[in-house]
Amino acid sequence: MTKSERHRRMRGRNYALVAVLFSLVILFFVVTLVKLGSN
Amino acid sequence: MTDTSIGTAAEGTSARVVDFVALLKPRVMSLVLFSGLAGLLVAPGELHPVLAFVALLCIAVGAGASGAINMWYEHDIDRLMSRTKLRPIPQGRIDPATALGFGVALAVAAVVVMGLVVNFVAAGVLALTIGFYVFVYTMWLKRRTPQNIVIGGAAGAFPPVVGWTAVTGDVTVVPLLLFAIIFLWTPPHFWALALYRSADYARAGVPMMPVVAGAAATKRQMLLYTLLLAPAALSPWLIGFSGWLYGAGVAVLSAAFIGHVVLVLRDTTHAAARRMFGFSILYLFLLFALLVVDHFVVAG
Repeated sequence: MTKSERHRRMRGRNYALVAVLFSLVILFFVVTLVKLGSN
Repeated sequence: MTDTSIGTAAEGTSARVVDFVALLKPRVMSLVLFSGLAGLLVAPGELHPVLAFVALLCIAVGAGASGAINMWYEHDIDRLMSRTKLRPIPQGRIDPATALGFGVALAVAAVVVMGLVVNFVAAGVLALTIGFYVFVYTMWLKRRTPQNIVIGGAAGAFPPVVGWTAVTGDVTVVPLLLFAIIFLWTPPHFWALALYRSADYARAGVPMMPVVAGAAATKRQMLLYTLLLAPAALSPWLIGFSGWLYGAGVAVLSAAFIGHVVLVLRDTTHAAARRMFGFSILYLFLLFALLVVDHFVVAG
């Protein structure tokens, strides 16, 4: 595998991780609102 | 290292995002998720849609985590079977330790989030499901006994129970019936696959029923489990939980399932087993779809 190909795959994994983490932030924020609203 | 190298240790940098997705066994996950969704939808009580989404996410992630840990443990035999040799670990795109870490992290996260966001009973059943699949099925039974998928099938039968307990917080008769349906469905489903993949399993040293007892004995046991499955599948209707739509639909589906087994019994090639394997997946999808539709349209 070439260096540029390895970097491309690493970049792809990093973008995916950012997307997952950002989605979790949004999800836990919404869950907090729901939990607070039910009390 | 090249992309085409098989069985070499990965450097951890060649994995693509799709390889990590493949570790989660997305096709298995879809059936797990669907049965979990059905359990959640037909359970009595209310669950906020956001919390229901989190519960389903935890079921999906838990199932995926089990798949990743399973691929870590079985990478030595996966490289020997044509069905599994293209998986990321045998192909050298993900190293086993990375897969294990990925699976364990997801499993812990799924159980903890389920407990904190939904309820601790659902989290407990989810943890039991993952533990059963990893320790009982994968590590203990699979390489030791032809009853591996009979007992291990319990792991695949838990998701509707998890979905149900996410709403109710307890386990009653109906989720146990849903458990029984998948439990009895698993042997004919898996043995249909094992019949036409028996050479693969034999090469890997996995004592699947057709490898140990032969095709004829396997087919007789498939018929037995399918005959037991039919009344179990009808049980939600028999106890009055589901209405006529579910009862009639499942009666037709079960008759077709029995018909497929009879064809497998008479078949000397693997064509009928292949058809039956495909139909068995459709059977379970339609059964749970009928359960949900009946619940909202007829019984509800």
